[in-house]
Amino acid sequence: MVGMALACSLANMPLTNQLNVAIIDSNPALLSGACIKKEEPPDPRVSTVTPATIAFFKDVGAWKYVEQHRHAYFGKMQVWDYTGLGYTRYNARDVNKEVLGCVVENKVLHKSLLSCLQSAATQQKIYPFRLSSMTMQTSSSSTPHGSLARLDLSDGNSLHAKLVVGADGSKSRVKELAGISSTGWKYSQNAIICTIEHTEENQCAWQRFLPNGPIALLPIGDKFSNIVWTMNPEESSTRKSMSEVEFVKEINRALDDGYGPRPTSQQFGGKSPFSLLTTDTTISTNEGFEVPPKVTRLASERMVFPLSLNHANSYALKRDVLIGDAAHTVHPLAGQGVNMGFGDALSLAKVIAEGIAVGSEIGEVSLLRRYESERKPANLAMMAILDGFQKAYSVDFGPLNVLRAAAFQGAQYISPLKRSIISYASGEKRFPLFS
Amino acid sequence: MSSKHLLTRIRTLVRPGLQCPLFKNGCRNPSFLHELQTRDYSDVPQQIPAAPASNPLPVANSRSKSSLKPAEIKKFAAMAETWWDAEGPFKPLHVMNPTRLAFIRSTLCRHFGKDPLCARPFKGLKFVDVGCGGGILSEPLARMGATVTGIDAVKKNIKIAQLHADSDPVTSSIDYCCTTAEKLVEEQRKFDAVIALEVIEHVADPAEFCKSLSALTSSGGATLISTINRSMRAYATAIIMAEYVLHWLPRGTHQWSSFLTPEELVLILERASISVKEMAGFVYDPLTGQWSISDDISVNFIAYGTKNSE
Ligand SMILES: Cc1cc2nc3c(=O)[nH]c(=O)nc-3n(C[C@H](O)[C@H](O)[C@H](O)COP(=O)(O)OP(=O)(O)OC[C@H]3O[C@@H](n4cnc5c(N)ncnc54)[C@H](O)[C@@H]3O)c2cc1C
Ligand SMILES: C[S@@+](CC[C@H](N)C(=O)[O-])C[C@H]1O[C@@H](n2cnc3c(N)ncnc32)[C@H](O)[C@@H]1O
Repeated sequence: MVGMALACSLANMPLTNQLNVAIIDSNPALLSGACIKKEEPPDPRVSTVTPATIAFFKDVGAWKYVEQHRHAYFGKMQVWDYTGLGYTRYNARDVNKEVLGCVVENKVLHKSLLSCLQSAATQQKIYPFRLSSMTMQTSSSSTPHGSLARLDLSDGNSLHAKLVVGADGSKSRVKELAGISSTGWKYSQNAIICTIEHTEENQCAWQRFLPNGPIALLPIGDKFSNIVWTMNPEESSTRKSMSEVEFVKEINRALDDGYGPRPTSQQFGGKSPFSLLTTDTTISTNEGFEVPPKVTRLASERMVFPLSLNHANSYALKRDVLIGDAAHTVHPLAGQGVNMGFGDALSLAKVIAEGIAVGSEIGEVSLLRRYESERKPANLAMMAILDGFQKAYSVDFGPLNVLRAAAFQGAQYISPLKRSIISYASGEKRFPLFS
Repeated sequence: MSSKHLLTRIRTLVRPGLQCPLFKNGCRNPSFLHELQTRDYSDVPQQIPAAPASNPLPVANSRSKSSLKPAEIKKFAAMAETWWDAEGPFKPLHVMNPTRLAFIRSTLCRHFGKDPLCARPFKGLKFVDVGCGGGILSEPLARMGATVTGIDAVKKNIKIAQLHADSDPVTSSIDYCCTTAEKLVEEQRKFDAVIALEVIEHVADPAEFCKSLSALTSSGGATLISTINRSMRAYATAIIMAEYVLHWLPRGTHQWSSFLTPEELVLILERASISVKEMAGFVYDPLTGQWSISDDISVNFIAYGTKNSE
């Protein structure tokens, strides 16, 4: 997905659109271009794309294809927890935005990027094969391909390239072949994802913290929503195999009527513990807690994913660079994974364009490091936030709940802080626009 | 003091947009001419014995037409193997490369009326890179579409440059040749752009060298020269830092007395029929390790000029 975004971005800039781009992906869905039927319920694999990602898609000309398919903008978000001590509502208006984000099926994002690429009159070719090995030739070798990287594909052919971009996901073969090490750990937690149906359309993103992890309910258009529910592995196997009716009951308990009371706005006697710090108490403060819509039916299979965090120790070597999940894998808690990847794609495309402008060799490590130094701090910051988030909410410490609630209340009351939380989560920060 | 006029002019040069009208009258300014005559760069090179240390101007040592300075040539021959080592003695040039190329790209796109958003704007133009060394500058120019001739007085450099360029079809078309600017003049070669970066401080007679560069520039063509300023700051930065503190360059790479100030460079180019249209400085930020273009020309600077039609 992120690799396609890079290809689109390169095809879209006059400095880079003459590059000879080969896309290698063994995933058959890439070539089939299967049409997506609107009548079918949405796929459980979805992404919450941020306004920054939407802007990027619009820029490369892919967003118009997304709009032809199912997608759901949302302008409101409510986060609360099972203790009933606090809640926060985020509103797009708080940050002078139309929307906080948009939920789109991964296959729609993928297909839109593909359509965008096919409509660009540039030289890219899709190779529907697996990458089996990769060698860097030294400059002293007297082959006609000089010091290029050589890629061997599963069909027995090989390609030569000035630059290899590893956009091959969390189990990146490119990363492995390049010998790039990474740091990471697994959480002993799994996420169940699935599509569910309501009786009416959902227009808000909901997230409730439960003793064993959060459950998120994201609108995906029509009367459907997507569930990302984090829990311990035993629970996930029970919940995956239980009957659909039972499972829907469990979801409704998790979203509303189980584990604890609904929060009220007046929990701290009408005054936030942070109220002393607050100079302007504004906007959604007055918005009361809302109850998420009831789930009536399961509309897809239940998929289980283990949660893990992984970060490549280096993003760039000579002729080799990593983007997207190949460089960093995060758990789906805040729906940031793919947005971080699109941020990488934009940054790398920009760095390549700047390099071409001054006649640099695009495989030169000094050039690629500029991409690394732009993205690594941003990605690490996001990973630290997500990891901290995960740690803070995965265990049920009594006192911590109060703090957590206070934090919610604080976020609710201190609106400049809240504004910056939203703008970070919506990918606005660290997204230097191509000038 | 007449040097004031010169300074005003230099200042207008580094601020594009202001430069033009002042420029044309500036060089006809009588006091400016007077200044010219009193400088050592008169048409008849003066026989000055060993320049006293306080003499701020480099001095042409003979009437000989060769730009070669044997000691300099020996120095570069000894370093030839390290041209493409990005962490080696030529590291400053590698690091500075994107910055100076950005300047070259922007001025030459304007000069030749090319689209700056195009990947190969210099297609169809003939450039010569004088003192090309290992080809650090020639290769990017070729990738930007120019038909590049790279010349250097050191044979080893040319060999290294050729070997390196051969690994890529785009750069293997560069015509590398071990020769000097004055020899190309004898062969009556002409180029759309003549570029000599970080070379003039190593040649025997900068004024003569500029005349050769001018002779190589076709009418309506462009000339670009970069060098180090002979200011106290340049002394501190370029020599002390680069040669002694950071050990980027072997000690003795630079001889302070052979540096030119921007004023002097403008003067000698003027007298070689090249009007300097723009000047910029390169400043190094030790914290980020990056160079950037600036209007501070007190350490490293680059001048872009056009050949006056004869
Ligand atoms: C349960 C779950 C929910 C998620 N929810 C969200 C969300 O709400 N929002 C969000 O932003 N992110 C979410 N993510 C993360 C998001 O899915 C990833 O960040 C995103 O898919 C990464 O894109 P990518 O292009 O880097 O990698 P991938 O999408 O994994 O693409 C890698 C591609 O490489 C190909 N490939 C791999 N190896 C080879 C090889 N050897 N040869 C040839 N091709 C190869 C594969 O076929 C694949 O097409 C979620 C992830 C999970 C697991
Ligand atoms: C500091 S290097 C600059 C290299 C290159 N122009 C760059 O900026 O990357 C100076 C080069 O000029 C060459 N040189 C010195 N005197 C010369 C002369 N008189 N004629 C041609 N080349 C000369 C040296 O051999 C050396 O390669």
